[in-house]
Amino acid sequence: MMPPKLDDPLPGRTGAIVRRLAGLPPRAHFALGMVLLFVVAGVLGPLLVPFDAAATSPPDRLLPPGTRLSDGAVAWLGTNQVGQDILAAVLAGMRTSLTVALVTVVVAGSVGLLMGLLAGYFGGWADGIISRLGDIQLAFPSLLLAILLAGVLGPSMLNVIIALAVTRWVIFARVVRGSALAVRDREFVDSARVMGASHGRILIHYILPSCLPPLLVAATVQIGLTMVAEASLSFLGLGVPPSQASWGSTIAQGRDYLASAWWIAAAPGAALALVVVSIGILGDLLRDASDPMTEL
Amino acid sequence: MSTPALAESRTRDGDGPPLLELVDLVTAYRLRGGLGRSGAEVRAVAGVSLDVRAGETVGLVGESGCGKSTIARTIVGLVRPSSGQVLFEGRDLAALPARELRGLRQDIQLVFQDPYASLNPRMTIAALIKEAWRIHPGIVPRDRWDQEVRSLLDRVGLRPEHADRYPHQFSGGQRQRISIARALAVRPRLIICDEAVSALDVSVRAQILNLLDELRRDLGVAYLFISHDLGVVHHICDRVAVMYLGKIVEIGSKESVYLRPSHPYTQALLSAAPSLDDWRDGGRREIVLSGDVPSPLNPPSGCRFRTRCRLAQDRCRDEEPTLLDRGTGHPVACHFPETDPS
Amino acid sequence: MTRDVTPLLEVDDLAVEFDTPKGPLRAVRGVSFQVDEGETLAIVGESGSGKSVTAQALLGLVPPRARVTGGRVAIEGRDVTGLSDREWQKLRGERIAMIFQDPLSALNPSLTVGYQIAEMFRRHRGLGRAESRRRATELMVQVGIPDAARRLDDHPHRFSGGMRQRVMIAIALALDPRLLIADEPTTALDVTVQAQILRLLRQRQRADRLGMILISHDLGVVARAADRVAVMYAGRIAEVGTVAQVYEHPAHPYTLGLMRAVPALRDGGGPLVAIDGQPPDPTAPPAGCSFHPRCPFARDKCREVEPEPREVAPGRSSACHFAEEVIAGVHTGAR
Repeated sequence: MMPPKLDDPLPGRTGAIVRRLAGLPPRAHFALGMVLLFVVAGVLGPLLVPFDAAATSPPDRLLPPGTRLSDGAVAWLGTNQVGQDILAAVLAGMRTSLTVALVTVVVAGSVGLLMGLLAGYFGGWADGIISRLGDIQLAFPSLLLAILLAGVLGPSMLNVIIALAVTRWVIFARVVRGSALAVRDREFVDSARVMGASHGRILIHYILPSCLPPLLVAATVQIGLTMVAEASLSFLGLGVPPSQASWGSTIAQGRDYLASAWWIAAAPGAALALVVVSIGILGDLLRDASDPMTEL
Repeated sequence: MSTPALAESRTRDGDGPPLLELVDLVTAYRLRGGLGRSGAEVRAVAGVSLDVRAGETVGLVGESGCGKSTIARTIVGLVRPSSGQVLFEGRDLAALPARELRGLRQDIQLVFQDPYASLNPRMTIAALIKEAWRIHPGIVPRDRWDQEVRSLLDRVGLRPEHADRYPHQFSGGQRQRISIARALAVRPRLIICDEAVSALDVSVRAQILNLLDELRRDLGVAYLFISHDLGVVHHICDRVAVMYLGKIVEIGSKESVYLRPSHPYTQALLSAAPSLDDWRDGGRREIVLSGDVPSPLNPPSGCRFRTRCRLAQDRCRDEEPTLLDRGTGHPVACHFPETDPS
Repeated sequence: MTRDVTPLLEVDDLAVEFDTPKGPLRAVRGVSFQVDEGETLAIVGESGSGKSVTAQALLGLVPPRARVTGGRVAIEGRDVTGLSDREWQKLRGERIAMIFQDPLSALNPSLTVGYQIAEMFRRHRGLGRAESRRRATELMVQVGIPDAARRLDDHPHRFSGGMRQRVMIAIALALDPRLLIADEPTTALDVTVQAQILRLLRQRQRADRLGMILISHDLGVVARAADRVAVMYAGRIAEVGTVAQVYEHPAHPYTLGLMRAVPALRDGGGPLVAIDGQPPDPTAPPAGCSFHPRCPFARDKCREVEPEPREVAPGRSSACHFAEEVIAGVHTGAR
């Protein structure tokens, strides 16, 4: 028996959230700040420093960071071989990367959630089919599958998302299936069945709440990995079309100039590394925090 | 083999139609086999016939693995019977369309053994009780829900102002009261108690037993009371069925079974059950069974108890005894029942 | 009661505290009792009464967050409070042995039971492999494991619950200890198997003139297996006496309440008289007698003054201000 705590200086949900945030380790604050910075930059950046993939400016080719351009502006991260501003390219790439990652994870997560619930809760042949399909797909390198799909579908942002979502849903389905399986035969679920609760009610009120925390952890980790995958596809020319900026394609442009104009590849590369590492840290923290929750 | 037992119990207490009737019920589990093979079949319940009349309390006693909990899970529909019937007021639950079955579910409720595991930890007490009314609309009009929650909590001896607390804020005995309140919310006519007081301390157990007694008196609810504790069953039940390895070996009124146990297993159980008077040496015969219960995967031929029975003869190996009144006052599944075990 | 020999075990004013976020929790307070050779003392109580913590303290095995804060424990006249871990290890097994509720978690799943029994002889007695094995087989026969010679090489999971508990008893008895502490030894077992194990314990205890402490929540088991009883409530001993004394004429209202809360196996069995309420929160015990909020006979004195255990008859003590009235049945009529 645990008596309720009464000496709570900051009552309510907001209070609890503030207190938990303050209690987090420094790396969490760093990661959280970094992710916030990137999101804001990705949303607002292209409005302030617009990027036009078609516009070229031959006089401004391959200028190092900090050089003043012919139009009077300063290229803080230098320019590429056709005279485009790298900062603008990185910010626009940020937006592409975020969009692709978020939409992919939402789509793959939803499909995975549905499949995982079906497989974990109902078991039987549904589980057999879904799990075998997942096994087969996981046995095949996911980037290779994405390359294949993207190559067939042709370069467009939608196709990148489809290709990546197809390769990612299995991971979510497995996480959800595991949690659903663990809760399915718990006594309090049986007690709802005895009460006459329908499958829908049990799924929504009993199984789903236990699946969400691990799903959230998996989604966080997958956002980072999807960003890398998108960059990889674009690097290979199978990602977003040339009219849209992507870190992958910018890095590809810089590949031939690594010795002379290192900033072309380094700037998007560093951005990608920073954001993926930060998201990874957040994922770990979420995992730690959700462990006692999954016990419930 | 079901008829004699049923006929006997019917004639005992008038002709009221049984609320619940099990007819030659068999529930089997399939064990998980190796690669590509389906596993062996375990008949946890191997042909049980039993009835419970309105307002009556029937005890089902036996040791772990005898199938008594499987019977509970079969009746409430958590597992499917392999053969035989579960009849509620004469209607076969397996043959009912889903919609009607859902309605019938509210008539039979189950109280589990572990009050720590059987309540959803994410729901408040009020939400747990109201859920019953969400599932079965029409029992209580929505505008009276809060009032009804308070009166149910009061009914089971909890403070109504605790309705907004979560299960983990209560002790084991209090949680069992919550489970009972939740079961009562749908106004059931039969409550199956599966070892419902076994996890509780002595003093709290008495509180819950008294509560169950009160509810029967006030609401006329019937119980199928499953327990390994012979003292508790003696206290609360009108009739008792003793199970061994998936079958009923003896069934009858409480007085008859406890005073004149006729099956050697019942006798051994009663003599082994600890009681407050055990310190007075002598006066009672102690029958200590040798060995362990055989695996239900591979039950002995003939009488299932013969491997541990002190009376076993060749006939017990060859021929399975049916549940019959052989002059002991109630049905016994034994070829050589004793009328007076003193 | 006059004694001319030192008792096997003497516990005097034992106190154990747990450190909790809400402050110290006094799990055991002022517990005193003794156990003689050849007798079984049962410590009976409900969950949280401190009975298991008391047993752990006797073995020098209190949990990490707990510590013994007072009192004296003497085994065969030797004060064992403040022994080093090494000295405890020697004492356990050689002089005191224990049996737990769950034999499966106390046995090593990857070693054969024969090896685990024989290990006692090898490690503590320095016997050779063949001799240890022979002694292990002997022991298994003694504790009633059929076909002992063959089952020696089986792993614990091949044994049933009752057989595993027999293995635990064999290990406990291997080195001829003088004191056996059995913590709920039959709680996990079925009724018929429980009867077998209780009978075995009784036989071995009589044959070897062991002193035994039986920790149990089951008054029926205690009635069957013990000579004397100590009833614990909220960390203190409510009363001590022989089984006949305590069961026939309880000297504490809590014991009386427990007895009336147990459904009888025979005769009419009137309505159960439950003890109202819940045991107290151990971090905030009530003033006066810790049982007074649930006691039907509580008076002003009970709310103000905590009763100390006192001798109410030879060999019999009670921690109730009105023990004499309870014994005489003044409040209850004839039981």
